[in-house]
Amino acid sequence: MGKTRVENKTEEPPEKSGAQLKVSKQATLKYRIMKSRESYLMIAPYFILFFFFTVLPVALSVIFSFTDFNLLEWPDFVGWRNYTKLFLEDDIFMIALKNTLIFAVITGPVSYMLCLLFAWIINEFKGPLRAFLTLIFYAPSICGNAYLVWNLILTGDRYGYLNGLLLKLGIIDEAILWMQTEKYVLPVLIIVQLWLSLGTGFLSFIAGLQTVDKNLYEAAAIDGVKNRWQELWYVTLPAMKPQLMFGAVMQITQSFAVADISINLAGNPSVNYAGATVVTHLLDYGSTRFEMGYASAIATVLFLLMVGTNKLVQKLLGRVGE
Amino acid sequence: MKNMLKKLFRHRKNKHVNRSFAGNTLLFILMGICGIFMVLPLVMIVNNAVKPLDELYQYPPKIFVRNPVFTNFSDLFTLMNDSWIPFSRYILNSVIITGGGVAGHVLCASLAAYPLAKHKFPGRNILFNMVVLSMMFSWTVTQIPQYLIISMLHINNTYLALILPAWSFGMGLYLMKQFMEQIPDSLRESARLDGANEWQIFWKIIMPNVKPAWLTLAIFQFQQMWINTGSVFLRDEQLKPLQYALQQITAGGVARAGAAAAVTFIIASIPIVFFLLCQSNVIETMTTSGMKE
Repeated sequence: MGKTRVENKTEEPPEKSGAQLKVSKQATLKYRIMKSRESYLMIAPYFILFFFFTVLPVALSVIFSFTDFNLLEWPDFVGWRNYTKLFLEDDIFMIALKNTLIFAVITGPVSYMLCLLFAWIINEFKGPLRAFLTLIFYAPSICGNAYLVWNLILTGDRYGYLNGLLLKLGIIDEAILWMQTEKYVLPVLIIVQLWLSLGTGFLSFIAGLQTVDKNLYEAAAIDGVKNRWQELWYVTLPAMKPQLMFGAVMQITQSFAVADISINLAGNPSVNYAGATVVTHLLDYGSTRFEMGYASAIATVLFLLMVGTNKLVQKLLGRVGE
Repeated sequence: MKNMLKKLFRHRKNKHVNRSFAGNTLLFILMGICGIFMVLPLVMIVNNAVKPLDELYQYPPKIFVRNPVFTNFSDLFTLMNDSWIPFSRYILNSVIITGGGVAGHVLCASLAAYPLAKHKFPGRNILFNMVVLSMMFSWTVTQIPQYLIISMLHINNTYLALILPAWSFGMGLYLMKQFMEQIPDSLRESARLDGANEWQIFWKIIMPNVKPAWLTLAIFQFQQMWINTGSVFLRDEQLKPLQYALQQITAGGVARAGAAAAVTFIIASIPIVFFLLCQSNVIETMTTSGMKE
């Protein structure tokens, strides 16, 4: 009864005066909100906490980015100064930005593909073997000692595993200080990141593959899908689009926010800033120099960069299976 | 015998239509080669845990152990017994913090994800986009305002300071919402015709159908909660988790390198056990097969 009345109101011709139209619009909104009481009740616990522990801190950080804030004294409002300094005076930020972009452009798509590829292969296995294989490929993400392993491999003297191998094969004549030589830092970090890439996206793809309706495969076989690659492109991928979107967002947040591997393998600051990324720069200001205003400005710029990339990537993913 | 083989084969054939032998071989070889590199950290943790001290300090370091011993673990247990606060207390703290963080987050995020995926209500898109975007803001700078807020709410130095923020992490909601979107509406409709209300639909229809999703989410959340030492928010020694206590033990330098290797093993093994428990249950759960929209 109520519903039909509201619908009639919105369908009325637009000859009515502006004020009246506004009133009816408000009534509709109010009605719709009242009708969705249950939905709001369901989201309430999460979003109340989300407001306190995420929305508020992010909003405060954005406000801090317009201030000079050293954590001890009350922040001073400085307008756009942090931002102008960031783009016009901070040479290291420019290096960090360049490194981050190179890093993200390479590791982002490649990691994403690797996650998908390995999830898809593992999905062909069944039972405990499957769980075990998943563990093997997820091991770098769950063990927490990845840097230890790579430090062992990349040790700069002739006993480092990589140097040892290359010396033995006669490819190099003397040991290379991998993490102290400018030209090797970024490529090595990219390789380590790729090795670490089977994380969040990988597991969510594995779960996603499990929820694809099995009837779709049989129907596709009848429709003339010839091999597994066609099946992947025309059946599996379109069916798990929501997971692909999720994986892309996770990949973006990981690729742009890279810092840990750089700090642990190359140090912060790294030799001639060859391993500097936006987040190592941010950590330098935030946790070492306590210039929170400036660090917040860096975080805001990084945020905008990720949001833009996300828009682009989601558009691309919309075309999967076409 | 032949019949049985045939049955097995047919079963396989039903599962995977259109699989070439060449393709299978190629993929298995690829898996094997990559697998060796990926499993390296796991191999190292296990080997280090049973290395005697002289092998731990051997230079150049070797990955595999030659004379495995269990003294590292006995050393660790001796150190644990000397602890000022009984170790059972640290374990209890970890169970509360990790357990509370995981269970609460999975429940809160799923409950919020259901209306976002399936109901149409004002503000739905704004709220969802806020969650997705929030994941892109650097955690390093938000932790200071977050600390201020936790102090203002007077939950500092309680378990809640670690548990409550964990309930509202962005990733869980996003993950659950993406999976719930795939559930056909016809399933909800028929449940409603049977007289189920929204809460019952959520609990009896939606959640069982997205089991792979929440098991995966539980793995992620467990890892996050488990590595948290709580050193920022927890001041009282009696409230600190196992992770913190174990790290304190390993801070003892050269003499404790053996115990430290045992600690690394224990710290890694618990999430791995949890991982295997969850992952082996991530299996086909879609009850909708045969149901088409």
